[in-house]
Amino acid sequence: MAPKTKAAGDGSGLTEMSWDPITRIVGSLGIHTKIDFKQKRVAECYSTSSVFRGYSVFMRGKDPRDAHFITSRICGICGDNHATCSVYAQNMAYGVKPPHLGEWIINLGESAEYMFDHNIFQENLVGVDYCEKMVRETNPGVWEQAQRTEAPHAGDHGYRTIADIMTALNPIEGEFYREALQVSRYTREMFCLMEGRHVHPSTLYPGGVGTVASVQLFTDYLTRLMRYVEFMKRVVPLHDDLFDFFYEALPGYEEVGRRRVLLGCWGALNDPDHCDFTYRNMTDWGRKMFVTPGIVVDGELLTNDLTQINLGIRILLGSSYYDDWEGQEQFVSHDPLGNPVDPRHPWNQHTIPAPQKRDFNDKYSWVMSPRWFDGKEHLALDTGGGPIARLWSTALSGLVDTPYVKATGRSVVIDLPRSMTKPETRFEWQIPKWSNALERNRARTYFQAYAAAMALHFAEQGLEEVRAGRTQTWEKFEVPDESIGCGFTEAVRGVLSHHMVIRDGKIANYHPYPPTPWNASTRDSYGTPGPYEDAVQNTPIFEENTPDNFKGIDIMRTVRSFDPCLPCGVHMYVGGKSVQKMHVPTGLSGLGG
Amino acid sequence: MGAAPTTETGSRGAADAPSAGDESPIHVLWINAGLSCDGDSVSLTAASQPSIEEIATSALPGLPKVAIHWPLIDFDSGPVQGADTFIEWFFKGERGELDPFVLVIEGSIPNEAIKPEGYWCGFGDDPETGQPITTSEWIDRLADKALAVVAIGTCATYGGIHAMAGNPTGAMGVPDYLGWDWTSKADIPIVCVPGCPIKPDNFAETLTYLLYQAVGAAPMIPLDDQLRPTWLFGSTVHEGCDRAGFYEQGQFATTYDAPTCSVKLGCWGPVVKCNVPKRGWMNGIGGCPNVGGICIACTMPGFPDKFMPFMDEPPGAKVSVTASATYGKVIRRLRGITARTVDHEPKWRHRGEQLTSGYPSPW
Repeated sequence: MAPKTKAAGDGSGLTEMSWDPITRIVGSLGIHTKIDFKQKRVAECYSTSSVFRGYSVFMRGKDPRDAHFITSRICGICGDNHATCSVYAQNMAYGVKPPHLGEWIINLGESAEYMFDHNIFQENLVGVDYCEKMVRETNPGVWEQAQRTEAPHAGDHGYRTIADIMTALNPIEGEFYREALQVSRYTREMFCLMEGRHVHPSTLYPGGVGTVASVQLFTDYLTRLMRYVEFMKRVVPLHDDLFDFFYEALPGYEEVGRRRVLLGCWGALNDPDHCDFTYRNMTDWGRKMFVTPGIVVDGELLTNDLTQINLGIRILLGSSYYDDWEGQEQFVSHDPLGNPVDPRHPWNQHTIPAPQKRDFNDKYSWVMSPRWFDGKEHLALDTGGGPIARLWSTALSGLVDTPYVKATGRSVVIDLPRSMTKPETRFEWQIPKWSNALERNRARTYFQAYAAAMALHFAEQGLEEVRAGRTQTWEKFEVPDESIGCGFTEAVRGVLSHHMVIRDGKIANYHPYPPTPWNASTRDSYGTPGPYEDAVQNTPIFEENTPDNFKGIDIMRTVRSFDPCLPCGVHMYVGGKSVQKMHVPTGLSGLGG
Repeated sequence: MGAAPTTETGSRGAADAPSAGDESPIHVLWINAGLSCDGDSVSLTAASQPSIEEIATSALPGLPKVAIHWPLIDFDSGPVQGADTFIEWFFKGERGELDPFVLVIEGSIPNEAIKPEGYWCGFGDDPETGQPITTSEWIDRLADKALAVVAIGTCATYGGIHAMAGNPTGAMGVPDYLGWDWTSKADIPIVCVPGCPIKPDNFAETLTYLLYQAVGAAPMIPLDDQLRPTWLFGSTVHEGCDRAGFYEQGQFATTYDAPTCSVKLGCWGPVVKCNVPKRGWMNGIGGCPNVGGICIACTMPGFPDKFMPFMDEPPGAKVSVTASATYGKVIRRLRGITARTVDHEPKWRHRGEQLTSGYPSPW
């Protein structure tokens, strides 16, 4: 439930502060907070997004085969995840199974997307929060300590002290910052080899891909991949050193961005030996995915059954600018297995925009509130930016077993082969003690190694098909007059689902649910805050600055650890008897009084 | 990129208070909060000719100093009205404290007039009301003070995907909003760089051109009637597509994985102005029809409605395809004969004691 709102001017000593728009994320996000500077804690947080485009509205009545081209445009950094997810949903609706090689090519493209996106976000967007310039300005004491602290893995990454790592992350002039930009380019080249262009793919279709599979295609990919493998052998230890240092330098830092373990992962990277895209077999082929789907609550795996995951999805309103669809037509009453489908499930959703003024007492965002119903509660799952949920779910399920990646039931073991200048290297991601900002960031780095290792496996499988002469990558299909489909994958930032209903050969309903609606969601109809709100509200303040030159770095680290993909904002209140209006009227003042 | 290495491109005040002898920078104010996916911002980070770090550090000869205020990678991050506020740069622009600046708009412009209240898209908050400032209002506040207004991506240029039939927001491009004849105070028309997303180097190149123009090193940027840079958008996809040879020979793909011409499968390349197949997507790699992806015409003002359903054959292609299929068959047969001839070496390349190349040997 939402905590009781502290009133501005009630002597609670809160300072209202907002960050809107937040930079170094994708899209426009505002975080509005009230901060208790006496207790050094964030008391309240409201997450708001100020852009509405209306995909579910304008897709109605269109040809279903256009869906992946259109939905790709939902996101400019992970649009290919949408195209892929849409193609999965269309494959189900049309009853088509692509050739194996087509699936390996999509897996290679999507792996490159992970490698690109996590790299650029981690080093060029999040990394700046941990760079010399930022740390000097927010925690001079930590900077002093960083200069005295030897990096434990200096031998692996070449930076002698933690301060050297921080300096290398300085925007534009930092050596590692610049190297990462280059890495983001050749990983996008890898992506373009498989999916044509970035970020909106040109060669993806229902039924497979248009990519011409040749020895050259795989050689061009593999040579770049091995450069990335070598890069990861430096980057994983580098980030371990950097993040471990923060725990050491700022005791208690594990509380920053911490929330209850409520993680969702919808699974990614299909195994063509098992995936036939039928709803009937979805539970089975879902468990064969190379990232295992799962819902993890308080450290326990609730389920890794994709059918159960699907049926539990609910879209709540409460604080968002939409009219409810209660009483409107229900498109899907039962799934193809005969299970009842809830009216609040995306298959049955109607999107009815209701633009209005922002009011933090009532409606304040264009984001809805997706929740997962476990039979008793509507859980505000988060993805932790994606990687932490993927690794956690995969580790606990213990189902992934490939030459380069193995899930053990409590960890994920990643084996990278010898590369030009570095020997074979093993990394093991262990389930962390907390779901917090630093562990979300650490998981991002480990998942980069995971994606690279998996890509080695996919490239070997694909090349085997080519060498055997099985170069078909696309399969014919017909669009039925009436059908439904759903697609599940892991976008870079986490859970992604597409639900489609076809009537008279046209799209009757289409609802994509990317990770950010889960993470950036607002207080729902039960008053439960969304994950950013929840995580920021729990965040202690370690920044050394006073309210006058406060940057809110701990809040920004919290928000960015989720790898947001839209607009958010924060407002805060400072100590004293009366609420100080340091800043603009945010609409938060007057809340609750 | 408020954290570029020099103080001129730094984030706190130095930029608009040039010290003596210091060249003041050209500011770039970037609004990504149209109806947008940020795909054009992301795409620009893939550019290598030139790269963003080369632009930010003026690494090409003659480029002026720049201070780019770009949400995607900006160092500045608030809080609002604090010491380190990103949005403050836009208020400075409005107050005339940044001169010159180039205004970049990403995303289409919704029609905020069609509803009783609220906003379709906003960028920062209005200190007076606490409500978001709409993107169209920012254009009203800033456009007339800008050296140039640049629309990045097909949404900002022509409306794009978010202006599709049936959309709820009444979205349009920047020229629809400001007027197609609009010119800046420096007499520069709106510069449109379409693409969904932009091809990375296309935008990097256009921005570089404008920076050269701003310091008097280049003449007025040449634009066509749809306000596109002519050197980038003067040719069609088909004219630069390496599968056009198959078209001429009447070899048309019937499956999406075939290496021949994909016109019958939905490729609109023959009538679309775009340089992607010619230039590759990035670093010469990738593309659209050249690598098996039908051209859905994402650079065009008519996109997407005039090209849907994307996977159907363009109606206009039927006639020419039929003609090419007939004529192409003859051409292919004749070429086949020639190809067999040229596929064999001349007969004087051989071992043995006789030289038969035609050289009269003096020995």
